[in-house]
Amino acid sequence: MAELYQTQRAMRNIRRAALQRGVIGILDIGTSKIACLILRFDGTGTFRETDGVGPMAGQVNFRVIGAASTRSRGMRRGEIETMAETERAIRTVVAAAQKVAGVRVDHVIACLSGGRPASYGLAGEITLASGKVSDHDVASVLAACDQPDFGRGREVLHAQPVNFAVDNRSSLADPRDHLGNKLFCDMHVLTVDGDVIGNLVQCIRRCDLELAGIASAPYASARASLVEDEQELGAACVDFGGGGTGVSVFIKKHMIFSDHVPIGGNLITQDIAQGLRVSLPVAERLKTLNGGVEATGRDDRDMIDVGGETGDWEADRRQVSRADVIGVMRPRVEEILENVREVLDAAGFDYMPSQQIVLTGGGSQIPGMDGLAARILGPNVRCGRPLRIDGLAHQLTDPSFSSAVGLALFAAHPQDEWWDFEMPADSYPGRSLRRAYRWFKNNW
Amino acid sequence: MPVVIDHRPGKQVTPPPVKQRRDPAPSRLQYRLERMWLTPLYRRVLRVGVPGFVIALVAGLWLSDEDRRARLSDGVASVVTQVQSREEFQVRTMTIEGASPVVDRALRAMLPVDLPASSFDIDLPALRLQVMQLDAVESIDLRIKPGGILSAVVKEREPAILWRHARGIEILDASGHRVASVTSREVRPELPLISGEGADRMTEEALALIDAAGPILPRVRGLVRRGERRWDLVLDHGQRILLPETGAVIALEAAITLDRAEDMLGRDISAVDLRDPSRPVLRLGIDARNTIRQARGLPLLGPDGSVLPETEG
Repeated sequence: MAELYQTQRAMRNIRRAALQRGVIGILDIGTSKIACLILRFDGTGTFRETDGVGPMAGQVNFRVIGAASTRSRGMRRGEIETMAETERAIRTVVAAAQKVAGVRVDHVIACLSGGRPASYGLAGEITLASGKVSDHDVASVLAACDQPDFGRGREVLHAQPVNFAVDNRSSLADPRDHLGNKLFCDMHVLTVDGDVIGNLVQCIRRCDLELAGIASAPYASARASLVEDEQELGAACVDFGGGGTGVSVFIKKHMIFSDHVPIGGNLITQDIAQGLRVSLPVAERLKTLNGGVEATGRDDRDMIDVGGETGDWEADRRQVSRADVIGVMRPRVEEILENVREVLDAAGFDYMPSQQIVLTGGGSQIPGMDGLAARILGPNVRCGRPLRIDGLAHQLTDPSFSSAVGLALFAAHPQDEWWDFEMPADSYPGRSLRRAYRWFKNNW
Repeated sequence: MPVVIDHRPGKQVTPPPVKQRRDPAPSRLQYRLERMWLTPLYRRVLRVGVPGFVIALVAGLWLSDEDRRARLSDGVASVVTQVQSREEFQVRTMTIEGASPVVDRALRAMLPVDLPASSFDIDLPALRLQVMQLDAVESIDLRIKPGGILSAVVKEREPAILWRHARGIEILDASGHRVASVTSREVRPELPLISGEGADRMTEEALALIDAAGPILPRVRGLVRRGERRWDLVLDHGQRILLPETGAVIALEAAITLDRAEDMLGRDISAVDLRDPSRPVLRLGIDARNTIRQARGLPLLGPDGSVLPETEG
């Protein structure tokens, strides 16, 4: 745990240095596309009211000065499959964004969607020696959380204190200076496969970039697409991606659960390609232009030219009806939603006070998606678009860029994580000078 | 595919090669170079430093040879002279207005170049300063007019007064500046004469005195500066009027009024002393004094003012 603490602290310091320099890159590496935003921080936080960008959600002290997105390569199910291909894709998108921005990017914040994320809710308690909660008490209660066995090769991606309680007073956001005898905390820990993170870090490092932070993609897209009330009252964000579907549950502005369903848009494309016997690019075109989940009588008469370059006249002049496409897509979409339902059931979403569900990601643009989701997931479903941020081009504001926008918000205002607090003195290695310093600081 | 396939050797149609789609990703080298190019320091060095260095290097190498330097300077000089000696810049004549023949001749002699010459060779400010050294010239307006004319409009000093001093006689203008020297008083008989040390510095007062002396002007011989502080008005027959330091003109007017009323200066008076305005003093001539002495029965005085020995009859 101490090692993780050090690496995460180091990343926070890099992020701080990048903010000092004013330029930071956002790298959203997805299965179907890679997006890169370049943010310029002006530090002052002065509010510029430009076309609908409000001052509320903390997106005011930066603006996007360069943005690019490209087709992803070498990725499968949110994980890097071919390192060299992914590296080329990163190079392409970073070079394009740098060209737009006219500045060089050295520090990037990336997000990770795959890697079999697992959520844990941890609880810890300590006895307050001084009868009052001080800074180092917060750190030690976080360190006192009893960790379950995460499994071999798991890395902690997020460890956010969700709730504090002093004696019988619960749901405190900031327990400092509260009087009491015992301090309790609940912490949400998200672990992912360490090798997946390692591959990502390696890939980014081979592009001469320095990693200034890493976040989970469902978390990032939820930060961008859930409005403040939904984050406060409780909501689930479902991010339909290409390689998988991320689910994250928010309450009291903290993520309390996150999971990943490894079925995504690419599988729908594959179904269409297999079911209608067309090539993958044609299937992708059919899905994006003519796809849907609710068939009507008119769709039977809506014939689509399949086209093709096979040289076989009969095959190239084939036509399919839109109802056929919908008939192929719908079961798969239903399967995704059923899986999401299972994930939400496992998270205990039914017991949340507010059961808002927000669909985002590229897959949420399928016509009729919200209707189908309302039937399977629950009544309160809406399609969410990412928050408006300053300087982002209009074509990058659709739902598939919500995790990139969420990463930008994460870069500007990261939520407190466990490693943002000072490490308690007794977890330093013995005889350390710093340990002595901490002991003196805490006891005098 | 063609309709009829030709199977003869060498006539087969080779299918066009499948077009390899270029990888849109920049190569690692290109990526690194692009990033380097976006670094401000490199950018500045490459865009300003390197071209500047190369230009300086080439110029330095080329100029390091003595012959080339000489050729370059010769070339530049020849181009400069070519431009300067163009027809449009030639000055052919010099016109002088308002100058007496003497000044005219001096001015022409002062021109440093022989006409026709290029206007670049004539340094007008220097020439003007040189001309201003001439005493006779009060101001000069020098300019080169279109058509190659060097025009000089000269304003000469007006001779106002003659000043006799130990080294000769000079003509001064009204402000006391020297105009010319003359050999004798007869050269300019119409000008009043002043003399004495420092008289040239007080020419304005002298001229005012001469003006004020209107009625007795035919008798005035001149003004003498005394001790660099006051004037004596010298008349013929050895008469003089001693004027005070201040209010000399008023004193002189008073003396003239006296003369008008009582023909004072027509009598035998050798000097009228007005130095103390409240107490004018007359110094009588020898004849007058002898007449008085004779009437009183005193011994007479000689021409030098000494008492003559008593003589009979």
